[in-house]
Amino acid sequence: MYKLDPTALLFETSRPGRRTDVLSPSDVPDRPLDSLIPSEFLATKPLPLPELGELDVVRHYTTLSTSNMSIDANFYPLGSCTMKYNPKRNERLAALPGLAHIHPYQQEPTIQGLLQLLYEVQEFLGEIAGLPAVSLQPAAGAQGELTALLVAAAYFRHKGEHRSKVLIPDSAHGTNPASAHLAGFETVTIKSNSEGLVDLEDFRAKLDDQTAVFMITNPNTVGIFDPQIGTISALLKERGALLYLDGANMNAILGIVRPGDMGVDLMHYNPHKTFSGPHGGGGPGAGPIAVRDFLAPFLPSPTITRLADGTHYALDHNRPLSIGRVRAFFGNVGVLVRAYCYIRSQGPDGLKAVSEHAVLNANYLKSLVDKVFTVPHGNNCMHEFVASARGMARDRGIRAMDIAKRLIDFNMHAPTVYFPLIVPEALMIEPTETESRQTLERFAEVLLQIAQEDPEMLHDAPHTTPISRPDEVAAARSPILKWNGAVPATSATSVKPGADHGSIHAQTLTVSR
Amino acid sequence: MAYILNTSSDVREMLGSLGLTSLEQLFESIPSELRLKRSLSVPDAMSEMALTTHVSSLAARNQGVDRLPCFLGAGAYDHFIPAAVDLLASRSEFYTAYTPYQAEASQGTLQAIFEYQTLITQLTGMDVSNASLYDGGSAAAEAMLMAHALREGRDEILVAGSVHPEYRATLATYAANLPLKIRVVEPVAGRVTADQMAASLTDQTAAILVQQPNFFGQLEDLKALTAAAQARGALAIVSVDPISLGLLQRPGDLGADIVIAEGQSLGNILTYGGPYLGILACREAYLRKLPGRVVGQTTDRRGNRCWVLTLQTREQHIRREKATSNICTNQGLMALRASMYLALLGPQGLRDVAELSTRKAHYAAEQLAQIPGVSVAFPGPFFKEFTIRVEANARKVLDQVLAHGFHGGIAIGEWYPELADTILIAVTEKRTKEEIDGLVAAYRSALQSHSVHE
Ligand SMILES: Cc1ncc(COP(=O)(O)O)c(C=O)c1O
Repeated sequence: MYKLDPTALLFETSRPGRRTDVLSPSDVPDRPLDSLIPSEFLATKPLPLPELGELDVVRHYTTLSTSNMSIDANFYPLGSCTMKYNPKRNERLAALPGLAHIHPYQQEPTIQGLLQLLYEVQEFLGEIAGLPAVSLQPAAGAQGELTALLVAAAYFRHKGEHRSKVLIPDSAHGTNPASAHLAGFETVTIKSNSEGLVDLEDFRAKLDDQTAVFMITNPNTVGIFDPQIGTISALLKERGALLYLDGANMNAILGIVRPGDMGVDLMHYNPHKTFSGPHGGGGPGAGPIAVRDFLAPFLPSPTITRLADGTHYALDHNRPLSIGRVRAFFGNVGVLVRAYCYIRSQGPDGLKAVSEHAVLNANYLKSLVDKVFTVPHGNNCMHEFVASARGMARDRGIRAMDIAKRLIDFNMHAPTVYFPLIVPEALMIEPTETESRQTLERFAEVLLQIAQEDPEMLHDAPHTTPISRPDEVAAARSPILKWNGAVPATSATSVKPGADHGSIHAQTLTVSR
Repeated sequence: MAYILNTSSDVREMLGSLGLTSLEQLFESIPSELRLKRSLSVPDAMSEMALTTHVSSLAARNQGVDRLPCFLGAGAYDHFIPAAVDLLASRSEFYTAYTPYQAEASQGTLQAIFEYQTLITQLTGMDVSNASLYDGGSAAAEAMLMAHALREGRDEILVAGSVHPEYRATLATYAANLPLKIRVVEPVAGRVTADQMAASLTDQTAAILVQQPNFFGQLEDLKALTAAAQARGALAIVSVDPISLGLLQRPGDLGADIVIAEGQSLGNILTYGGPYLGILACREAYLRKLPGRVVGQTTDRRGNRCWVLTLQTREQHIRREKATSNICTNQGLMALRASMYLALLGPQGLRDVAELSTRKAHYAAEQLAQIPGVSVAFPGPFFKEFTIRVEANARKVLDQVLAHGFHGGIAIGEWYPELADTILIAVTEKRTKEEIDGLVAAYRSALQSHSVHE
């Protein structure tokens, strides 16, 4: 998998005058450029971009790709991220010219097939959620959270109520409080109890007339289903507050239990987790939201409607109570097309099987390792579980990070570490339904072996990768966030990062704190 | 079953080892009264073959820019994408990886982002870039929030009315529940002048947002606008078309404090509005308020140069409600494509794209203006996009032009009621003279038909 030669930066490979021709010459009548655009608007110097040939670029990126772990090459049990296999058929279909080459402002008669597809995605997501009204506009889970909270705020404003607080469990993902803050709410943290569930006493004590929304993740971030959700929803209802579900963990409950049936009023999906959208090395995702009927008028605009004839589709911009837009254009359509292909490939039985097998794989894997890696919360997990390396850290100085790094030597990606915050030395493991029993057994074997290994060796892991552990403290102390113009290095070790080589581009950034 | 490897005997044995006899028992922690007692009402599973036929038939019902020449723009453009971008970005080592949390297993992605950050600073003339935001519209909103945080105590953002209307709508949504007001400076003859901006600025203005070229394609006097903002202690946020920087002066050289852009036109497919690429770059002094992920250079234990995610104490997973943004998943693959595009085109190639687009757009404007009943709407200089006024119903004209086989422009009356007769037209390097002449003929014929005057 790995190339051990360091890869030069594009800028170091650049040679003056080298280029790749791709364009045809102008076929319109020639005019002096400054007769078209006055010269005061024109740049006086060429851009300092690198100059490369096509083969330079192809070798560069092909080489870079080989120093990545990926689902296609590696087991990738990154908890909370649902790193399931990304089916190839979805890639091929999303690239069809009739879906890929559509401009966002085309007239509706030219996009009827696409609008039908997206309308059906709205319908599917509404059905799976048990929440009938759907907006496909948000660009990722976090933006879905923000959008739903803005919908809630608009709803309360419309009712003439002022509510200032959003309640969030201490086990929640960081995007939950960040989104609540962005939406203009004060955040109130709710404790987890010893079982990792919402501490109902604390919840009751903090729930008041200022509470707009409670944001729950269920199954929660320690991988267990909180059975108190019915009670929580009833308590919120009594106070006129809304229940939000962070849908990052939908992979555990497709066709098993629907958020709407649990009393949830609003939720977001992460189609790049649950519905197999590839993560792209950081993105793109999508963050569609589903809400109850009474919140539908506040959803972002536009949504898609089916016309009375039953065969034509249109964008509905006429939504006077809508919160407006959270981005330009329709949404992350490419990701939604893949979600459509996935849902159509699975059907109702396949979707349910996804969750059954995701939960089976997680429980099976947990049973193989929990004698050595304690799992503090829950006997049965859902689609993931959170082990703690606390004992190993205390007794032998082996930390969660050491285990994560050492796994890489065995060609396996690390689990999510140090999240959720309520589990010390957390290793959050989500195998997903697409992994085989053999892979799970091999992973367990490796984990158990690592637990026996020499702590000193583990502190230096990984040992087989193109680089060893990076100095993250130095990276943050004097950040170098772009190429500093250093002379091309003959070997990586001769480069002194941060050193000013005297070039005009040389710049070491310092952060003001 | 699609994508599940375990066989029924695997499942039986796995369940057995857990002391269970059915998959059903795995869900006992879910109260039965909440459980779904029926199958989901979604269509039955399709084989890969059936799905391919089905989705292909849906796709065939669309008439995209692959079938009809595209003169649509307004922030998303039909520029040429070299084959190498598509093929390199479809290496699954890139597209099936997650965010590069484990640096040792993600140097490919990390180096590519570091290069992206560098390329964006080279392109914009700014000091630092983040690793990407969702799109141009939400990048504008993030820039607004960033400026609000940097100019504590000031509670107003001035936005030029010549900024993309959907970006302005996004700002309004993001600000709806915050102690932050948005005031629009209405354009005159398709532009906002520095005098107008200066007259609107107050001591409460945290930042201005202007767009270059603006929504109508017109070139604003960027230097004077940024100077007007800074004279009152406000920040200048500039939204740019990255392709235009092949030809036009960089915002960083004209005083911008924060630059945002829609990066779609840098090698990303149109795909009906997303996934696109939110670009955000700023001055070094504002780094601690920068939203989103950032990659930094460092060394490993053996002294090798390497890359890591850095300055994470700004981010939601550490700082929670105090984070500079809530963004987590971003648009990494689109940033990768943008880097590949810039690397392939280089300075000369990007200049050629910009120059060809300019020449062709000006030729189109000139030809269209010769049609009786058509005039160029605004007198100022423009880049690759311009507006025409038609003495007819703009929507009906566009329907006719479509019937002649062209995605012929965008009626902007929905956003600007006073410009109900105005059509926005973009011309990229991909359009040939023949296509432009065809478009002109289509407009000529449309304007001669009676129906467009009703
Ligand atoms: C529990 C949880 N909530 C929310 C999010 C945010 O979703 P996204 O990354 O799509 O913005 C994530 C993703 O990492 C998550 O794991």
